[in-house]
Amino acid sequence: MEIEKVKPIKKFWQEFKKGFVITNPVFVLVLGLCPTLAVTSSIDNALGMGIGVIFVLLGSNIIISLIRRFTPPIVRIPVFIVVIASFVTILSLVFEAFIPPLYEALGIYLALIVVNCIILGRAEAFASKNTVFYSIADALGIGMGFTLSLFIVSFLREILGTGKLTVFGLNLFSIPVLSQLPLSFFIMPPGAFLVLGLLLALFRWLGVLKNE
Amino acid sequence: MNNSTSLITIFISMVIINNLILTKFLGLCPFFGVSKKLSNALSMGAAVTLVMVIASLATSIIYNYILIPYKVEFMNIIIYILVIASLVQIVELTIKRTNLILYNALGIYLPLITTNCAVLGITLINANNNFSVLQSVISGLGGGLGFTLMLLIMSGIRERLELADAPSSMRGLPAAFIVAALLALAFMGFSGLL
Repeated sequence: MEIEKVKPIKKFWQEFKKGFVITNPVFVLVLGLCPTLAVTSSIDNALGMGIGVIFVLLGSNIIISLIRRFTPPIVRIPVFIVVIASFVTILSLVFEAFIPPLYEALGIYLALIVVNCIILGRAEAFASKNTVFYSIADALGIGMGFTLSLFIVSFLREILGTGKLTVFGLNLFSIPVLSQLPLSFFIMPPGAFLVLGLLLALFRWLGVLKNE
Repeated sequence: MNNSTSLITIFISMVIINNLILTKFLGLCPFFGVSKKLSNALSMGAAVTLVMVIASLATSIIYNYILIPYKVEFMNIIIYILVIASLVQIVELTIKRTNLILYNALGIYLPLITTNCAVLGITLINANNNFSVLQSVISGLGGGLGFTLMLLIMSGIRERLELADAPSSMRGLPAAFIVAALLALAFMGFSGLL
């Protein structure tokens, strides 16, 4: 009894860790690039997007894993897309009603969670083959790994681009010289490409990622 | 932008000023995935442009004449993705039946376009700006051509970049990102044009 009870939880953590670090969607798999670059001009937006993706991924993974036995393989992709699009619609209605500033800031990128390859990829590769319990672990792991990546990119861009660190309206600290003369290049589109490119190179150099 | 925005303004803005790839970060997967060879880039760009124009036409008709009158604009995400997915299938079948040469050139890229965020993105941009049907088609055409232009420039650079003696951790994707950053910086120069 004891062993049977421990085992699934251990595997739960394994699936979680796998998504969080080993197959980190942004830095390892290089998926979901559009939101990674578009919403990381401030930490608030990045965290909002991360929460949104976790919600949609969790919802779609649970539903898809529940209906995996009745979904005919031929029409599985359209089914997945409709499930994901429904959750994105719920999410955008909730954001519009309760956090309008975030809804405005994320703009079309909130709706574009539908075509985020991470979510469809997890539905196809994991949720359609595994039980609900592990699908939740997978969704949380991948979702939080994605949020962590967004956080790293947005942290660098906000510090360099504004010279301050502001989280949900709260100014945590500002760097003396940089906040008067911010490198606003980094919160503009070219800065996004540069930061992500350098981060990818850094992770490769550190040996976390394989070279091509 | 509203209904009085002229078609030329929309077109130029979509091709160079608000380029989908460089300023809106849409369609990055094909941008980094397909842009290794010049010929592939051209085929992919043509396929995306075709789908964007047709998708803009179809979704703006649905948005203006069905969703707005019945006040169900919030359903646009689900409806758009279904419309685009079926359109891609129809376009693929039509090309296969009518023009085999074109099908061989574009064929393998068409299924990839369904999950291309640039296509869904442009239809959502059209809806957010309340574009009329004609304005949407022009914006779709401009978006597609801007996408093709970027893909061509990028693939031209990357073909040469392959020969460069870069440090091993910079090779491939990181270098492509740096190139994209420089391109985006260069294209920011157009922002005062309109």
